[in-house]
Amino acid sequence: MAKKDSSFLKLVLSLSIVTVIAASALAAVYGITKDPIDQSKLNKKNNAIKLVQPGFDTQNGVIKEVKVLPEGESDSLTVYISESDNALFGAAVETYTNMAFSGRFEIMVGFDKEGKIMGTEVLKANETPGLGDKIDKKKDNFSLQFNGKNPGTMKMKVKKDGGDIDAITAATISSKAFCDAVDRAFKAFQIVVAQYESQKSEPTQVTSN
Amino acid sequence: MSKLKVLTNGFIKENPVFVLVLGMCPTLAVTTSAVNAIGMGLSTTFVLLMSNVIISLLKPIIPKEVRIPIFIVVIATFVSIVDLVLQAYIPALAESLGIFIPLIVVNCIVLGRAEAFASKNSVFKSFLDGIGMGIGFTFALFVIGTFREVFGGGTFFGLPLPFLKGNEVLILVLAPGAFIVLGFIIAIVRSLQKN
Repeated sequence: MAKKDSSFLKLVLSLSIVTVIAASALAAVYGITKDPIDQSKLNKKNNAIKLVQPGFDTQNGVIKEVKVLPEGESDSLTVYISESDNALFGAAVETYTNMAFSGRFEIMVGFDKEGKIMGTEVLKANETPGLGDKIDKKKDNFSLQFNGKNPGTMKMKVKKDGGDIDAITAATISSKAFCDAVDRAFKAFQIVVAQYESQKSEPTQVTSN
Repeated sequence: MSKLKVLTNGFIKENPVFVLVLGMCPTLAVTTSAVNAIGMGLSTTFVLLMSNVIISLLKPIIPKEVRIPIFIVVIATFVSIVDLVLQAYIPALAESLGIFIPLIVVNCIVLGRAEAFASKNSVFKSFLDGIGMGIGFTFALFVIGTFREVFGGGTFFGLPLPFLKGNEVLILVLAPGAFIVLGFIIAIVRSLQKN
């Protein structure tokens, strides 16, 4: 019996020692890579904000981050309002869709102050290579047709559904999902702009003497 | 088995993909382009190499009853390291390989070599086996990835090949294309081995 106990102890000990060493090694690597990972994520986001707002002076302009939850949505969206010379320049909206072929993808949509789309950028997508991945403007011209259009004055749907958007051949689901994401972005944009303007129109408080 | 044989074994005679037909999940899923294939192959090679060496080193002190959990812990540690390093320094590649990097943990090539080779052989031989198998795996992925990317997407390492423009065989970059290409290559390898 005593022998069995000692061998059981040996099993427990050897497994514990290996896991402790493995855990400390991982902790060390995590510590080293944490900053570069955060940095690369931040860079990617900042880059996307710049890319979807062509003409925005990032040196002197101000970018404000606002979270909004459009009615009927379960997830909030992040809107980056850009201001130059203390006036609204436009906004970049981080939006998503759950109607994609692979479930979900995330894009960034840039609007000018009137709500016209200035550009789109794919943040995170896993659509079929050669078909659905054409939502990325690097692969196909599909997303370029949105530029210069205002979702408020058009039907943000593919032509098959009676809308104004030419779908990607053989990737209707991805195209519909893209419209869905842009539409969601526009809703968020409208809410944010309304808030922004009501704040601006309020008289700035002057310290009374 | 001579040391040279150990090294070349994984490349030709026991190529993990074409002959042993192991690790099919990443093989089929990530070989949509040559870059993905090489990224995946090298990541797996690193994990295979390190886990082979460590397991071979630990072999005298690992009790037989818990060897599999210990192998898995060692492999999972190296996979997590690869995952973090890729995310930190090559984010574009980490993104396109996605879930398949963490899935190296359950790649049967890695566990298979730990159990069948590293736990029975010297550290140096396990090291050679890790390199051989890893390069064999990378080579196999590269062949499939290149074929699918060139004929399915009309590009090579992302560079467009103008003479293929408009003649891409789209199915090759889709899931069925992976099975088709792999099937043909395995058939060719088999018939070459018979002769």
